[in-house]
Amino acid sequence: MAFAVPSRGARRTAKARRGFATPLILLAPALLWLIVFFIVPTISLASQSLQTGDIDNGYVLTWHFQNYADALSRYWSQFARSFGYAAIATIGTLILGYPLAWFIAHRSGRFKTMLLVLVVAPFFTNFLIRTLAWLIILTDSGPVTAFFRATGLTNLLQAVGLTDNNSLLFSHFAVISGLIYNFLPFMVLPLYSSIERLDLRLVDAAGDLYANGWNKFWKVIWPLSLPGVVSGTLLTFIPASGDYINSKLLGNTQTVMIGQVIDSQFLRVLNYPLAAALSFILMISIIVLVGAYVRAAGTEELV
Amino acid sequence: MSLTAGGGLSRRGLLAGAAGLGAAAALSACGVAGRNPSASASATKTPSVATDLSDTDKVVNWSNWPQYIDVGKGGKRPTLDAFTKSSGITVNYNEDYNDNDEFFAKVRPLLEAGKDTGRDLWVSTDWMVARMIRLGYLEPLDKSNIPNVTNLDPNLANPEFDPGCTYSLPWQVTFAGIAYNPKATGGKKVTTMDQLLHDPALKGKVTLLTEMRDTVGQLMIEQGIDITKFTAEQYTDAIAVLQAAKDAGQIKAFTGNDYTKPLASGDTAACLAWTGDVVQLKADNPSLGYVLPEKGFSVGSDCLVIPAMAQHKKNAEKLINYYYDPEVMAEVVAYINYVGPVLGVKDVLAKSDPELTKNELIFPSQETLARGQIFRSLTAAEETSFTEQFQTLVAG
Repeated sequence: MAFAVPSRGARRTAKARRGFATPLILLAPALLWLIVFFIVPTISLASQSLQTGDIDNGYVLTWHFQNYADALSRYWSQFARSFGYAAIATIGTLILGYPLAWFIAHRSGRFKTMLLVLVVAPFFTNFLIRTLAWLIILTDSGPVTAFFRATGLTNLLQAVGLTDNNSLLFSHFAVISGLIYNFLPFMVLPLYSSIERLDLRLVDAAGDLYANGWNKFWKVIWPLSLPGVVSGTLLTFIPASGDYINSKLLGNTQTVMIGQVIDSQFLRVLNYPLAAALSFILMISIIVLVGAYVRAAGTEELV
Repeated sequence: MSLTAGGGLSRRGLLAGAAGLGAAAALSACGVAGRNPSASASATKTPSVATDLSDTDKVVNWSNWPQYIDVGKGGKRPTLDAFTKSSGITVNYNEDYNDNDEFFAKVRPLLEAGKDTGRDLWVSTDWMVARMIRLGYLEPLDKSNIPNVTNLDPNLANPEFDPGCTYSLPWQVTFAGIAYNPKATGGKKVTTMDQLLHDPALKGKVTLLTEMRDTVGQLMIEQGIDITKFTAEQYTDAIAVLQAAKDAGQIKAFTGNDYTKPLASGDTAACLAWTGDVVQLKADNPSLGYVLPEKGFSVGSDCLVIPAMAQHKKNAEKLINYYYDPEVMAEVVAYINYVGPVLGVKDVLAKSDPELTKNELIFPSQETLARGQIFRSLTAAEETSFTEQFQTLVAG
């Protein structure tokens, strides 16, 4: 703190203070936002997760860590399922999104802007409506199911346990499809911005050095697009693990995700402490998983 | 945090320690005291009352379920408009009551703090009315402002959850029955819970209701249990039967009103369904089948209530009085097709729409009514335990 040292000149003190104030003023809205909408709720959630009580008598902080043990022992399978679905959906969006992003960035010519708008276009409709549309797409009497049945794909899906009863709707398959569809733009946009910046002369250079198609991709294109891959996977995986609309609308009683459990404990059972503990476990698991992933991928890939 | 490892106390460790202490203090500050922690859970608390602005501020704020009132041309609501015309009271009608539990979560913090919810009237299902009375969230109705209360069907005048209708008056009565789509069942009729839960032809194509009282109630009735006085063991046994059916992959989902579309399309073969929904569905899909099971069925009611701290209580009571006029209720019933609680509606409709009065689902016969049963009231502890068990079944 420069102004605390008396031997320094007054002019310098004023300058130092101004130098400190400007970034603070600029940061203030974001800081305030974080404090009001993240830090305070997080603290109150942490507190709630250690309380006991009911709606008639109120909830009192009793440092009841048993809530966490209960949450984990009763609902570990829903946690596992959520992360499993989110991982599959992330890989799915990557497989679908990568070629798409490449095409838009380097092959679409004057249609580039229009294609980008089309990728974002589903966001113009409500999330719920978009998901409900899948009820119509996958309906038993619809053409998609007819195609899957005619080609024997339903049998294949059934053999790997993704569907049941010779239909597509209300199954693991439907939930994962919904997740992939809803989160695809979150994957395509960061991929696009990475791939678009990629210098194609480097790919030509690789060709000049006798790299075959696979090596061009794996040794040159893929590493250069990693920043997009990392941010895309994060933007997909994190919200997908907490999502419950897809499993609620497109799933059955065997596809319950952790979001649904939290919803039921908070709204229906009114067991606020257990719901808070579940939310906290979800938050911490995601931080750990994402932390490990970012560490493995390297933080420099994030930018 | 290890303070001794490595010998020295690192700056980082110290900061983490300080943050930990700070966090502990912050967490302690968050404990929420109950309004009356020493009182036993079953004691009813008294509601806070606001100064009634009704005479100066001619407004009433009403929250209701979607599609639960008559709609005319251009999206206007004829009965509401007529009320405003005759009384000079403007109705702010909001269809923001989608789900009992969600609505409760929304208004609870305000009611708990003794604050105005911005609403003067809403429509809650019977069991939610019971909970709100217990928590002191509702104001008693002033019957002197509701002279038409004499038109209330005497069968509904003394419900167990609110003896003498002190706090609530029914808006509509709902019956839960079994609906099926013959195209998806191969023409087979589905008339019992046993079929829903065990018929292999329906595997994975059955939905039940997220309303615990309708789903578990319906099963217990079929098991020969009187749902007006069952025991906790009988309840747990019924849950076990449902759990077994769920684990076998028989039950596709537990739903609210959203069972209607899959039922119409045939993605759902058979389900538990409410009468009013089915009457409307059958208008577009006449082939759908619906039965109120022979052994009995569960009856619920959605009731008009006035919340604590309501600013326009008298206006709300005038509005209730208005809808308890059989002429007015007849318009509502003719549109939404549920069972109205007001006597004389049938006589009014016999003149204007005689076809409608023949519909057993809107105007049930005495024989049908005799089969209806109302799920008994639960204590606070039972409510928690039963809901917990049911939610483990639904989302577990």
